[in-house]
Amino acid sequence: MAETRSLDGRAPAQRPLSPHLQIYRPMLTMMMSIVHRITGAANYFGTILLAWWINAAAGPSGYARFQWFAGSWIGRIILFGYTWSVIHHMLGGIRHLIWDSGRGFGANEREWLAAANLIGSIAITIILWVIGLLAMGGSQ
Amino acid sequence: MTAPRHIRTPLARVRGFGAARSGTDTFWHQRVTAVASVPLTIAAIVIMIMLLGRNQAAVAQILGSPLVAIIMLLFVVSITAHMRIGMQVIIEDYVHHDPLKLVLLVSNSFFAIIVGLTSVYGLLKLSFGL
Repeated sequence: MAETRSLDGRAPAQRPLSPHLQIYRPMLTMMMSIVHRITGAANYFGTILLAWWINAAAGPSGYARFQWFAGSWIGRIILFGYTWSVIHHMLGGIRHLIWDSGRGFGANEREWLAAANLIGSIAITIILWVIGLLAMGGSQ
Repeated sequence: MTAPRHIRTPLARVRGFGAARSGTDTFWHQRVTAVASVPLTIAAIVIMIMLLGRNQAAVAQILGSPLVAIIMLLFVVSITAHMRIGMQVIIEDYVHHDPLKLVLLVSNSFFAIIVGLTSVYGLLKLSFGL
């Protein structure tokens, strides 16, 4: 109803719109909320890799193709990002489940949870990759 | 005075008619699959690390072994059900053009089901040694 005029025939009043993202100073809790959604979307498309890996395991040539991709530098970067994205979304999800129980809404708690989410996801991703690269026997 | 066309209250008529045209089922299913996905994702990561650096025959044998295959099947079903709801929420939040929204919502269902069933097919194939 944008063209609606007021009763006396004047143009509609320019009322303020509800504040949106660009109005606010970025805060950690807000950034973690946005990142939770972005990592969820990334994980969504990452499942293509999961389905590829599972089905590639059926035969040597198909698995060689997957291993070539996974071992390439672009494949490594994508898989590292995917690992972090999954871990971050999982920790963020646990945070949301805590909130669902009605806990963790205090000023200190929510800041602490947001920081733990970010630091935890980075730390766990690096630990998993160190374990993974060691399991593969170093460089290859 | 004409009689009212129905005797349902306004609340009863709007109940369950959000952007998704349904009630709280998706909210609840998203929570249930979230809870299931936490241990299943941890288990799947452990399995993947166990399989790193092994050749195809070993990977096929381990992925197709009963315990590992069942965990991976549960993992795949849980995350694809969860991500279908998640992407549905994203589409409903940002796409306000109804025809496009409909196309994207249907595509989302197709994608989640195709990825899920492709993975399930691969795991069953390894399990049954076909």
